Amino acid sequence: MTTIFEMSKKGRIAFKIPNNNIKDYEFDFPEHLLRKTSPRLPQVSELDVVRHYTNLAAKNYSVDVGFYPLGSCTMKYNPKINEKIANDEHFSMIHPFQPMETAQGALQLMYELKEMLCEISGMDDMTLVPSAGAHGELTGMLIARAYHLSRGDTKRKKAIVPDSAHGTNPASARMAGFEVIEIKSGPDGRVDLNELKKHLDEEVAVLLLTNPNTLGLFEKDIIKIAEMVHEKGALLYYDGANLNAILGRTRPGDMGFDIVHLNLHKTFSTPHGMGGPGSGPVGVKKHLSKFLPVPEIIKENNTYKLNYSKPESIGFIRSFFGNFSVLVRTYTYIKTMGKEGLKKVGQMAVLNANYLRKKVSKIMDIAYPGLCMHEFVSTCEKLTKETGVKALDIAKRLLDYGIHAPTMYFPLIVHEDFMIEPTETESKDTLDEFAKILGKIFEEAKQNPELVKNAPYTTPIRRLDEATASRKPIVKFNFEGE
Amino acid sequence: MHRYIPHTDEEIKEMLNEIGVKSIEDLYIDVPKTVDDYNLESEKDEFTVKSEILSLAKKNKVFKIENIFAGAGIYAHYIPTVVEHLANDQRFVTAYTPYQAEVSQGTLQALFEYQTMMCELTGMQVANSSMYDGATALAEAMLMAVRVSRKNKILAASSINPEYLQTSKTYCTPQNIEIEEVKWNDNGTLDIEDLKSKISDETSAVVVGYPNFFGIIEDLKLIKESIPEKTLLIVVSEPVSLTILESPGKLGADIVVGEGQSLGVTPNFGGPGIGFFTTLEKYVRKMPGRIIGQTKDVDGKTGYVMVLQTREQHIRREKATSNICSNHALIALINAIYLSTMGPEGLRKVAKMSYNAAHYFAEKLKEKGYSLIFNGPFFNEFAFDAGENYYEKWKKLAEEGFLGPLPLVKVLPNFKNCALACCTEVNTNESIDNLLKHF
Repeated sequence: MTTIFEMSKKGRIAFKIPNNNIKDYEFDFPEHLLRKTSPRLPQVSELDVVRHYTNLAAKNYSVDVGFYPLGSCTMKYNPKINEKIANDEHFSMIHPFQPMETAQGALQLMYELKEMLCEISGMDDMTLVPSAGAHGELTGMLIARAYHLSRGDTKRKKAIVPDSAHGTNPASARMAGFEVIEIKSGPDGRVDLNELKKHLDEEVAVLLLTNPNTLGLFEKDIIKIAEMVHEKGALLYYDGANLNAILGRTRPGDMGFDIVHLNLHKTFSTPHGMGGPGSGPVGVKKHLSKFLPVPEIIKENNTYKLNYSKPESIGFIRSFFGNFSVLVRTYTYIKTMGKEGLKKVGQMAVLNANYLRKKVSKIMDIAYPGLCMHEFVSTCEKLTKETGVKALDIAKRLLDYGIHAPTMYFPLIVHEDFMIEPTETESKDTLDEFAKILGKIFEEAKQNPELVKNAPYTTPIRRLDEATASRKPIVKFNFEGE
Repeated sequence: MHRYIPHTDEEIKEMLNEIGVKSIEDLYIDVPKTVDDYNLESEKDEFTVKSEILSLAKKNKVFKIENIFAGAGIYAHYIPTVVEHLANDQRFVTAYTPYQAEVSQGTLQALFEYQTMMCELTGMQVANSSMYDGATALAEAMLMAVRVSRKNKILAASSINPEYLQTSKTYCTPQNIEIEEVKWNDNGTLDIEDLKSKISDETSAVVVGYPNFFGIIEDLKLIKESIPEKTLLIVVSEPVSLTILESPGKLGADIVVGEGQSLGVTPNFGGPGIGFFTTLEKYVRKMPGRIIGQTKDVDGKTGYVMVLQTREQHIRREKATSNICSNHALIALINAIYLSTMGPEGLRKVAKMSYNAAHYFAEKLKEKGYSLIFNGPFFNEFAFDAGENYYEKWKKLAEEGFLGPLPLVKVLPNFKNCALACCTEVNTNESIDNLLKHF
């Protein structure tokens, strides 16, 4: 599609700025600091802007367009009332530096949300500041670091991460200064207790776990794992990516986790916005509360305040108080769902995943048999061996049928895999349709592998040359004459 | 039944049958049951939720935009209707990271164009498709400078945004990166002698604001000339100012970061905004975050994909350039729509009117006997001595309907009775005169 730079015509404008009736002041800074050439921003009319971005929107697949079974991303429906409320000017137009007496509604909302999220996660205290799941992970790792250092325990330099974990886990642990020890999953796709025992020593600061894990399986030995970790003086960290599955059934705090991050853009239905903004609150057990980042929201005589004076806090992890408008959406969602609704979320997410697993198992192999939680991992390794058609090809063919592909090539320990997460907001009809189409594509692959290998055909653009794009990156528009 | 969950009782039965279990309970055999009933309220209908939360919202005071004189990182600019309208298109809002490029060309092209616009403003060669905010963008810039130079010391001007500086320390300390501060002069600009005395072979980068936290315009050319060639120059900037200030790229910056909220984003009580991150082409592989690139499809048609993913955590894991994965893509889209709407002339006018308003405000204050803290050149913010008990006066101003200049003591405890004033194009002659009546 034409870029907005190509649409640009010198002199066109899309917005007229009113005059503020103030006289013109000469620039009083040195001449060499005065800009000589104008930035080449688009010069277009308002209708040009509207058409350009509306046409771009039409080239996007989204939850509002169709089924988006992207494993581990929890692409559930994003309720519209959440958007409406977050965009209310009493929330969107308030300035973080206005007197807190004039922002009591916002602070009360954050305070109450903190309490609700503590209840749902089983933790004693919570910060709403982190901007995304990975930001929450980093915050959690910094808390683990601060905890051990506060006790004079300087030898704890290691963080243990299972090989099935999200890539952000090891990256966050590394950023917080830990050496990352990867442990192999057992044959049942869960943490291998012997393997864990082998690596668990007095130098381990923290074990990072996702439960259910990225294979969609619940770590049923979790109580034992928590005991083993705590016995060695280490902490247990919960990656909240898969919290959706256990809503209303169990809580990370009850399983023995010390630190947890939640992904509000997953479990709590705030939209993913093409890759953000999200929000990644971090909850802790009481003994870690003093290390949470600043500011914390406190309530004193029915007044809400921000407290910056926490001497043992890990400090600031970003500006201001977090992604407030995402917090408003979450608050609205929890109020709308209520305790009954949240329980139903967990149940129907698990029901949908197991139902779809059963249907998909008639077409492709399931990586780890038996019941799953809210997602499952399947593999088309057999088909690849027989026909040369890869998971990637199946994924692209799905796009032709109007369905977004599942997560591919993750977790790294399963080959040619699909990680499928239907979420609770999809109907049985949608799941049946997905299974039907997947079956049809497998038939196509066997009858006519080239057809599938060259997919997609009907999308705005066909398969792209990603190798060249990374080898010789073109990352901005090439203006004429350059 | 819940309105977001479509399952009928009949369907649930059929599905359990297909799975081969009798009840929902049977699906949870591996999971200990520790909660049955959260200590939370029961579900509510939309009408009730809306009325409850909006009455909470009304406890927040919304200032008339022309009466807002506080900035310090979050700016009140007028946002054209078309920007909010287009950014609420649910086909953008409810999409995710463009893992399937063929059906994500809207996201990818918009972000590619955003990257181009940020390069144009900063004068840099490459931009990523966003960081969380200005503070985290700066922290990541410091980590990148250390990756590039393999030296562990950073010199940062004390006059950069205090929260950015604190965030950077939180990020850098665990990796044994030392941040040393450099003083400012009486005129509010970086003290070049202090800088020179602190520079050593171990200095990886020098960080400076442009304009700095006090609104003062630093002489980037002079700073660049004062540091060794191999020391990186990291500039924290405010994008609107870059239509009248020479671009940092032209003046020798290696990395330019900042907060992009002023480009069409509502203040949102401080979040989400967006961190922008730009650098030179030679460093593109050391850069954190997502980057979008142009390529061709099998039919030779131009399209866009995520590039250089081998730097990222889903492939490199603990060896990744950063842990950032989810970013603030939707806000990048808002920036792009805003910049398309304003165009170069519109944005320059916004900058010039902001400059004029701030200079008018400062001139009038001086006429009333107030003095500025620094006499260096400023863009649209300036610090002044607001007199005894300014903090209390500021709260009274709020009751009068003005969000007055920020009492600096809120962020810098040593600055008693000082205020940081901010003007943008929305502050009129009249609104400034009205505020001045209270001074």
